[in-house]
Parts: sequence; structure tokens; C-alpha cells
Amino acid sequence: MTTNRRDFLKLTAAAGGAAMTPFAWATQAAAQGLDTMVVASGQTINSLDLHRTGTNRASYQVAINCYDRLVGFGSRQLPTGEMSYDYDTIVPELAESWVISDDGLVFTFTLKPGATFTDGSPVTAADVKWSFDRAVSVGGFPSTQMRAGGFFRPDQFEAVDDRTFVLRLDYPSKLSLPNLAVPVPFIINSAVAKANATEADPWATEYLHTNTAGSGAYTVTRWDQGQQIVYDRNDAWVGGPLPEIRRVIMREVPNNSTRRALIERGDVQVSFDIPDRDASELVGTVDVFSTPIENCIHCACLNTRFEPFQDPEVRKAIAYAMPYEAIFQSAAYGRGAPMWGGGTEITDTAWPRPFPYVTDMEKARAHLAASSFSAGFPVQMSISLDLASWMEPTALLIQESLGRIGITTTIERIPGANWRTVALVEKSLDFHLENFGGWLNTPDYYFFWAYQKDRLFNSSNYDNEEVHELTERSLHMSMDDPEWAPLVKRMFEIVIEDLPRIPLYQPALNVAVNGASGYEFWFHRQLDPRRMKGV
Amino acid sequence: MTGRTRAIGMRLAQTVPVIIGVIVISFILTRALPGDPAVYFAGAMADEQSIQQVREALGLDKPLVTQFFLYVGDLAQGDLGRSISTGQPVLTDLAMRLPASLELTLSALVLSCLIAIPLGVLAAVRQGSWVDHLCRLLVTAGVSLPTFFTGIMLVYIFYYLLGWAPSPLGRLDFIYLEPPRVTGFFLIDSLLAGDPETFAAALRQLALPAITLALFTLAPIARMTRAAMLQALSSDYIRTARAAGLSRSKVLFGYGLRNALLPVVTTLGMVFSFVLGANVLVEKVFAWPGIGSYAVEALVASDYAAVQGFVLAMAFLFVTLNLIIDLSYALIDPRIGFDTK
Repeated sequence: MTTNRRDFLKLTAAAGGAAMTPFAWATQAAAQGLDTMVVASGQTINSLDLHRTGTNRASYQVAINCYDRLVGFGSRQLPTGEMSYDYDTIVPELAESWVISDDGLVFTFTLKPGATFTDGSPVTAADVKWSFDRAVSVGGFPSTQMRAGGFFRPDQFEAVDDRTFVLRLDYPSKLSLPNLAVPVPFIINSAVAKANATEADPWATEYLHTNTAGSGAYTVTRWDQGQQIVYDRNDAWVGGPLPEIRRVIMREVPNNSTRRALIERGDVQVSFDIPDRDASELVGTVDVFSTPIENCIHCACLNTRFEPFQDPEVRKAIAYAMPYEAIFQSAAYGRGAPMWGGGTEITDTAWPRPFPYVTDMEKARAHLAASSFSAGFPVQMSISLDLASWMEPTALLIQESLGRIGITTTIERIPGANWRTVALVEKSLDFHLENFGGWLNTPDYYFFWAYQKDRLFNSSNYDNEEVHELTERSLHMSMDDPEWAPLVKRMFEIVIEDLPRIPLYQPALNVAVNGASGYEFWFHRQLDPRRMKGV
Repeated sequence: MTGRTRAIGMRLAQTVPVIIGVIVISFILTRALPGDPAVYFAGAMADEQSIQQVREALGLDKPLVTQFFLYVGDLAQGDLGRSISTGQPVLTDLAMRLPASLELTLSALVLSCLIAIPLGVLAAVRQGSWVDHLCRLLVTAGVSLPTFFTGIMLVYIFYYLLGWAPSPLGRLDFIYLEPPRVTGFFLIDSLLAGDPETFAAALRQLALPAITLALFTLAPIARMTRAAMLQALSSDYIRTARAAGLSRSKVLFGYGLRNALLPVVTTLGMVFSFVLGANVLVEKVFAWPGIGSYAVEALVASDYAAVQGFVLAMAFLFVTLNLIIDLSYALIDPRIGFDTK
């Protein structure tokens, strides 16, 4: 982090051959293919340490670029032709190989022999142990995420020798191995960290907040909070094929119009996470990738605490009165995937899946007439101001449509800082919009968070014993188990009938690329430059 | 001179209760903000256990009074606390962002004055002429066009269409490095480092946002200059001066403008303090790492330390600014002295 100006320019000059001025370096770099990639992003990075309290989502990219995990995900081509990481393929990163015991409780990892941290010291199992201990001990989000994979306590981790690491589970779970490939369990140079730890800060959160100590594909050369982060390639990386791009510059550009001008002019190669509207308008000008976000659904939620919503006929009436197509077009500009008009028969375990409802005002009226609220009722619909870009148009369209069957809605806009408390913790919003997405891509994981009783994202207070039971049984079960698919199909059937959450559409992560290739979608919704190239 | 020093000392002493008041009020107001920072920063997936851990880590589990005294204690040691949303000490944030905002605002105001004051004077002297109409047109356009619109329009024309302006990527294009930090003003620091190339680059980056802000601040300054000039020119002493056969320029600038400057300086002070905190939109459009967007983001996230630090910094700035303006009154108009107050 303390690169001085002269060193930086030296590096700059080296990257561009014998360039004398920064400008000449830039032009030369362009002639050589993609040496330096400039990315414009609207998000701000607030820490180099994912485990620290308060680290925001944008900062996860540092854990991805500058650190390794034991394992990573492979990549695959989506039906749309776009590339995505592959949840079903686990590939080695720092681990060379691993063995899982027959009962599924003991994972034994062998580390790659030549793996070194950027200070040159070898990566040992003790570093893995220390890093995992840290992730389960610091509390907050990292510990929550670790628990999802069945990692609760330091005594589950053991460094047998320098290259052998053993992980012991309390119960076998299909989520354990994938959960080692999410950004959280990244491996830190424990010698460096311990040297900078204090009694009050045993996990060196202060030091790692502003410094990286990893073995990843890139190192942070500069970090100007609020402005930019500069990554340089780690040529000694063994976690995967050496990236083609030597330097990645992430610039923070909060304004969408500015970012659009930058990508159209080609002054940046990637504009990350652009609004749906810009994505739909940029198609044809630059490369636009709109990948539906896995395991994420934008929903309208009906709180079972609200009396009319306890009536199944009312819930169906609302599901049939939703102006799905209009919402998809005006809130998402057609980016993403529709979640309505699906087949009535459940033949597969795909999730998110379109529910078998369509906009049909006749059916909506009929269902409402059959309910005990045939005259309609007033209800308050709540949206979060942080998510107003899709919630506001969606809410207005729903308001208009429900008005036609006699349900009058008033829209309440809740500040982002309050939203979580009222919507998710107190679960006190009668009718509201919600956007949960799970990192681990299995339907049961979604059900665990959004349909099981008292779970955080079950903002509808949905309580169905059978769903609860089915989720418990399927959550850790292997998806190859013949019992798994029937369980999941039954879960689908119940929530499609019960409708605590009415799926509207699956949102997309939009990325515009101009002058680079190899973009891949990742579930963590950050840019992974490791597999990107020039054109 | 000693009288003046003592007067300044008195003025400074008067600011102490103001600052204490600001500290107390900003502390109470931030706590009154809706939302719970522990919940916000624990992240969406957090459970009760992790929220409690975050709350303890932030020291928010202690009673308010204890929190206040801890805060004041830190403040006495020059520690403004740490912003959770940027992850930096608030002092570092302010030291980086305040000069960015000041550089932008000051350049915009200088530019604005260079245009607005001559324009206002001309409009007053040649009342009803085309200059007057031009002045009116500019002023109306300046206030009626919101800054983010002007900003985006300028980016569209000069960057996107014509390609004259550099990429609107903040204070410096990514191929340059920040000059060694002395004042935090890139224009000054790059000159001090003897680096004309970086100076030119910083100037190019500054041009569009400064013009955007200048257009916005043009209106009050030009209007005030015109009105004050009209009033000054119609007063008795100008008639006397003219009757005495003084030269036109002496009458206009020596007596007219000098007297008209008082309200203009007052307006300038107000415009400056307003713009410094309120140019969030311009900062966003040009990815300018300024104090306005910092404050807004801190407010949204209920980031107590950052909000308090911002309020405190602004309070200091206002106090200093008012002092400077009061002093400049005395320079412009010797009748206004500190001694007479």
C-alpha cells in the first residue's frame, strides 16, 4: 500500500517497455493487447479484509483477487451463450487434491507444493488452519457464512503437517465443499498477520484492513479509498492459469451516465453492474452481459400476519392480478428471466422456476369473489428506498393493477438503514417487495433462508410444517441421492400453492465490456478478472 | 493593530461555545437518526449473535452518556473516530476529501467571480443594454439548470461527442499519480513538485466540474453585483464625485465598486459555504472524491463518526470563513472596524 510515486512509475514504464511518460505507456499498452484493464464501478471498496466488521460487498473482490481458497469453481457456458462459474464443478485452487471420508465427515486436503505467499514464504496447512479459525471466530457475516457449510469451531480444523489439512464436520453436508469456494474462507499468511496482531486485535484486523497478505492471482498496489484500487498480477501464482491481464485498475464512478459515457468511448474496458436500462440501451454498441443472478428472485411478499393474506383465495387473486410482463419490462427493461407462466406440472428441480401464474384479471376477480374479502380491502405496500430503482416502478404497477380488483394499496417508502430491521427482523410489513438471493446454488438453500419458519429472509412469516421438515431433510442431502428430487419437488408444490412469496422475475447482473473478453458471471456478483483477456 | 488582534482573539473566544454546541448537537442528532448501524454493518445475512458482536465492536452497547464522554475524550486527543462505511479514520477521510472539495469549490468561485463581477458591473452601468440582457439570460440559465444536468450535458458534449475533455474519472486520470501531498490541492502540489504535466492533467480534470459549479454560482454573484452597483451609482457620494470632476474609472471602481463589494462579499461567503457541502451531484457526475457525497453516504448508513466529523469540520470551516469575511469588511470599508463594535 505504500508504493511511492517513483516505484509506481517504474513499474508503469516496465509494463509498457521503454516508455518514458505515463502517456506513452498507455498507448503502447493498447498496442500490445490487454495489458492493463480499467474497470468503472459504482461501488466503493471499504476494506481489504472481508472478515472485518462492516466490510461491504464490493470489497469481497479483494478476497477473490488477492487471496486463494482451498478450492474454486470451474466455468461453464450458459444456455444463453454467456459464461458463468460452475457451481457443480469444484476445481483445485491451493489444494492439490482432497479426499472425503466415506461417512462424509472428514475432508483431507493436500496443498500444492509450490504455493507461496507474495512475500515468498510457502503456504502451509498452519496458514489454512489459522485463516479458518479466524473466519469462524471474528463473528459477523464471515462466521454466519462459515456456519452454512457446517464450520462452527476452530477444533474442526487441523494442520496435520505442512501440506496436509484436515477438516472435520459434525454432520455430512453437500454444502460443505462449495462453501469452501465462496470468498469467505480465504487463506492468509498467518506469520505476517500474527506479527501485526495485538492483544486487543488477535486476528490482525487492523493490519489486514489496509494490507493484503495472500497468495492470490493479484496484489493490491494502490488503494485510494473512495477513488480506486489497483491490482498487479502475482507472477508466482499457482492457484490457476496465470491471468493475461497484468494490471487491473478499478475506478469508482458513482454516476451511471458518466459510466455509460466512459464505456461507450472505450476509455474503460468494463463497466460493472450497470442499471438494467443502460444494459438494454447499450446492446449493439458494446458487449453487454446480462446474466440472471443464480438463486435470486425478486418477489412480492404477502405477510401471513395480515388477516386478508391468510385467505388462500386472496393470495391467488393477487398472484393472478400481478402485471408480470409490465413489471419485467419497466422495472427490469427485460433483463433477467421471467418467473411467471410456468407449467403446472413439476418435472424438474430447476430453481428459480417460473410459477404457473399469469396476469389474468378474470381469474383474479373470481378468486377474490370466492374469498371472504370479496369487496376488496386496503393494504400498505412497503418498498426500500435503497432498492427504489426496481421497487418503485414495480410497486406503482402493482398498485394500479390491484386497484382494478378492488384492493387499494398505499405505497410506503422505507429508508435503507431501516429496511432490514422492519422487513426482515421484525417481519412487520404486510405487503412488500423482497430480493433475496443465496450464494450456494441449491433450491433447499433458498428455502432454508426464505421459506423456513423464523428465518431471516422469510419476511412473510410463512410457517408450514411440511416445508420446514422437507427443507431440514434436503438441505444437507446430496443432490444425487434418489430421495432428494422428490423432496424438493414437493417443496415447490407447496409454496406454489401457498404463495407466501409471489415471484416476479429473476434479476440480472449487467456488465458492459468494451475491448476485453472472457467475462464470467460469479455468484458473489463481483468482477473476477483472473479469467479475462484482451480481444 | 493590538486592538485588532485582541478583537480577533475575542471573536475566536466567541466561537468556543458554538463549537461545543455543535459537538453536543451533532452527537445527539446522529443518535436520533433512524436505523441501527450495528444491523446495517453486520450485513444482510447476519443473525442476532453476529449483530451483537458488531454492536460491541462498535461500542454501541454502552449507555449514550458513556458513549458521549468516550467520544469527547477521543476528540480531545484529535481522534474523530473511524468511519465504518469507508473503513478509514474520519480524520484521514476529511484530510483527503476536504481539499478535493475545496479545490473544486474555490476554482469554481474564482471562475464565477471573474465572469460574474465584470458582468454585473457592466449590466449596472449599461442598464437595459445587451450586456444587461446577456447577464439576465446567463443568470436565469445558471439557476434554473440543476447542476447534475449541466454536468452531464457538459460531459456529453465535451467528453463524449467532442472528446476534448479527459474521462470524467475524478481528480486525476488513472495514468497519472497524485503529486506528493503538501496542501492536498493537486494544482498547488503539482506545481510545488515541479511537475507541469500532472498540473495540466489535474487542471483538465478540474475544468468541467468547475465550469458546472461556476455556472450555478454565477447567478447570485452577478445579480448581487448588479444590484449593489446600481444602488451605489445612484447614491449621493457618486454624484458628488462626478460633480467634482473625478475620472470615470475612479468614480466607477474607486467609489462605486468598492462600496458595492460589501454585499457581494457577503453573498460570496454564503455561496461558498453552501456549495462546499451541497455539490454532491457534481461530485457524483465527475466521480469527484469530495466531502458532499461522503456526508450523504455516511448519513444513509447511519455512520455516526463520519457524520459527526463532517458536521464538526463544516462548523470549523464556517467559523473561519465568517471571521475572514468580517475581516475583509474592515479592509473594504474602513468605517467598519472591530473597535467600534
